[in-house]
Amino acid sequence: MKLLASPAVRVGISVSIATGLYGVSFGALAVTSGLNFWQTMALSLLLFSGGSQFAFIGVVAGGGSGLAAMSAATLLGMRNGIYGMQLNALLRPTGWRKYIGAQLTIDESTATSTGQTDPAEQRRGFWTAGIGVYVLWNLFTAVGALAGSGLGDPKQWGLDGAAVAAFLALLWPRLKGREPIAIAAVCAVATVVAVPFVPAGVPILVAAVVAALVGWFSHGRRDEGLEPDVEPYGDHGHGPGHHPQPDSCGTARERREGTGPEAGA
Amino acid sequence: MSLWIWLLIACALAYAWKIVGYFVPARFLEDPRTSRVAGTMTIGLLASLTVVNAVVSGQGLAADARLGALAAAATALVFRAPFLVVVIAGAGTAALLRFLGWN
Repeated sequence: MKLLASPAVRVGISVSIATGLYGVSFGALAVTSGLNFWQTMALSLLLFSGGSQFAFIGVVAGGGSGLAAMSAATLLGMRNGIYGMQLNALLRPTGWRKYIGAQLTIDESTATSTGQTDPAEQRRGFWTAGIGVYVLWNLFTAVGALAGSGLGDPKQWGLDGAAVAAFLALLWPRLKGREPIAIAAVCAVATVVAVPFVPAGVPILVAAVVAALVGWFSHGRRDEGLEPDVEPYGDHGHGPGHHPQPDSCGTARERREGTGPEAGA
Repeated sequence: MSLWIWLLIACALAYAWKIVGYFVPARFLEDPRTSRVAGTMTIGLLASLTVVNAVVSGQGLAADARLGALAAAATALVFRAPFLVVVIAGAGTAALLRFLGWN
């Protein structure tokens, strides 16, 4: 019971439930995209990064090749490497914890951890959200996959519309300010322009290249686009009234409030 | 079978990104371009995936019930609906529009 007194643990649990639940939509969409039950579970158990998993099945559903699906998922996973660097500097995990912690390194566990200022709380936040999301995400992926395979014609249920909504919902929290909206618009246009000229799935990779070039050559927030899908310390009242105290590490909250240098693309 | 292979490669590379983060020296983080590119690519890929799933059909564009799903999802997000509600709004709208005869 003592653990529940920890603000990071409570936030981690609420993030786990909110994120884990939408594993249902991933599971259902994955099987209706043409993956079988175990392929769907392999993505949640082994790949374990919501955006990349949706990207993989999104490309497959659109008729793209396995190579294009793998490429989109991998490019989208790059930010987890950045989170790994931040968490390594913050939590200093040793031995096996590094290897287990790496698998649990996603938007939500990173945001839960970096939103705390006390090192012990940062550690509790990471492990609570990481393990909690992992367990619930996989559980609900299985529920969704089993339910989805009994649905019949997925279009009749609007599941292609569900995929559109899922991607917009993943994008939405990252569109804070004019710069990310401009990047999103440019990449959307690049996608549409590329569609008639390249095989299915490849327009997404064209957009990735455009986005990477923008990031490389422009100067703006260094953490642009690195927001979690479920905001642990959002204004929905999930959080236990956490007060940010910016420290030398630069907390997630401080980053999201745009304390960094703000400049147009 | 070949989908399994790409799927497992994707899983291996996803873990590779994650574990690499824990082993590279912290000074890599000091180059702002590394995290900039990771972030702008995240935005670009998600925007692209949204568009592809909303209007692309094969190698052409199509205006169908999915556009309704996009509008419904955007509306739900404006009202700060949680993820699952947004997804259900998208599915429900697409299903309803199809039921009404708009493909």
